[in-house]
Amino acid sequence: MNQPASPSLFQFVLYMADNCLVLGHRLGEWCGHGPVLEQDIAMTNISLDLIGQARLYYQYAAELEGKGRTEDDLAYLRSEREYTNALLVELPNGDFAHTIARQFLFDAWHLPFLKTMLSSPDPGLADIAGKAVKEVTYHLKWSREWVLRLGDGTEESQLRMQVALDEAWMYRLELLMPAPFEQWLIDAGVIAGPDEIREEWERTITDTIREATLVLPEDPAVQTGGKTGIHTEHLGHMLADLQYMQRAYPGLEW
Amino acid sequence: MKEWPLWEVFIRSRNGLDHKHVGSLHAADWEMAIENARDVYTRRNEGVSIWVVESKYIHASDPEEQDSMFESARDKVYRHPTFYDIPDEVGHM
Repeated sequence: MNQPASPSLFQFVLYMADNCLVLGHRLGEWCGHGPVLEQDIAMTNISLDLIGQARLYYQYAAELEGKGRTEDDLAYLRSEREYTNALLVELPNGDFAHTIARQFLFDAWHLPFLKTMLSSPDPGLADIAGKAVKEVTYHLKWSREWVLRLGDGTEESQLRMQVALDEAWMYRLELLMPAPFEQWLIDAGVIAGPDEIREEWERTITDTIREATLVLPEDPAVQTGGKTGIHTEHLGHMLADLQYMQRAYPGLEW
Repeated sequence: MKEWPLWEVFIRSRNGLDHKHVGSLHAADWEMAIENARDVYTRRNEGVSIWVVESKYIHASDPEEQDSMFESARDKVYRHPTFYDIPDEVGHM
């Protein structure tokens, strides 16, 4: 028996897809520019993991919507205002420390959240979590170790890691602040609420920062808006790059 | 980064097989070396286990000594177990 899918579920799946695609694309921008060959490959591997996850979410979203749109339509033909990724993932790469700070703060949320999604009563979400959780376990290991290495490294690397962390700090909380579509799903028991992951999330971040001999940023400012389509100045430029081919040559395949 | 030491990478492709040398890479410490090896050498599903060892800890035989090292074993065929008649019952050995 087919029940119409909840619009909130569709919006949530798109939100997860957008997070993965935007961060995956950002990491892909490092291709050929990594600080060393091995890290160039590490970042593009993570990029491909995230883009693979984005595809699973977009395919599922297209199926839930049931209006004939495909994963490609959802990725390439929605405007900046229709993208609902968290602001954190669209921040520019900056130097390597900025990329690491962004990645670490995202992974610190992503992994515990996916672990809760494993037991979602929605089989589509649980399936995607099952595949993604292994990849993201490695992402967090990688980004965490780089925070430690740069923080507890040279004077220069420590300074850069601290600056990067301070700058990304105000974007980290948006991930734990439910948008209306998330609140609907939390109330319906389909996804976990922020309280279920807050402790692990907080411990990962504070323990890592302490171990890296860095200073926990104290800035109370919080930036939000991504989940409702209000983005930083950076996303539009990124989408222009990402969507160029489909916009210039509609329907192009290769 | 130029000071990062070189590491030799050994990968076991399946359980039951030996680790095989697959190449080398640069890394600051052994943990980074294993992660780099994972990213560089196992991204097409090549492995189930990784060993890394800093290249400076590998000591090699001298190619100049090829003759004295290996040549003299060549005419000692009696070291191969080929002089026994194997009973049929033993089957394939």
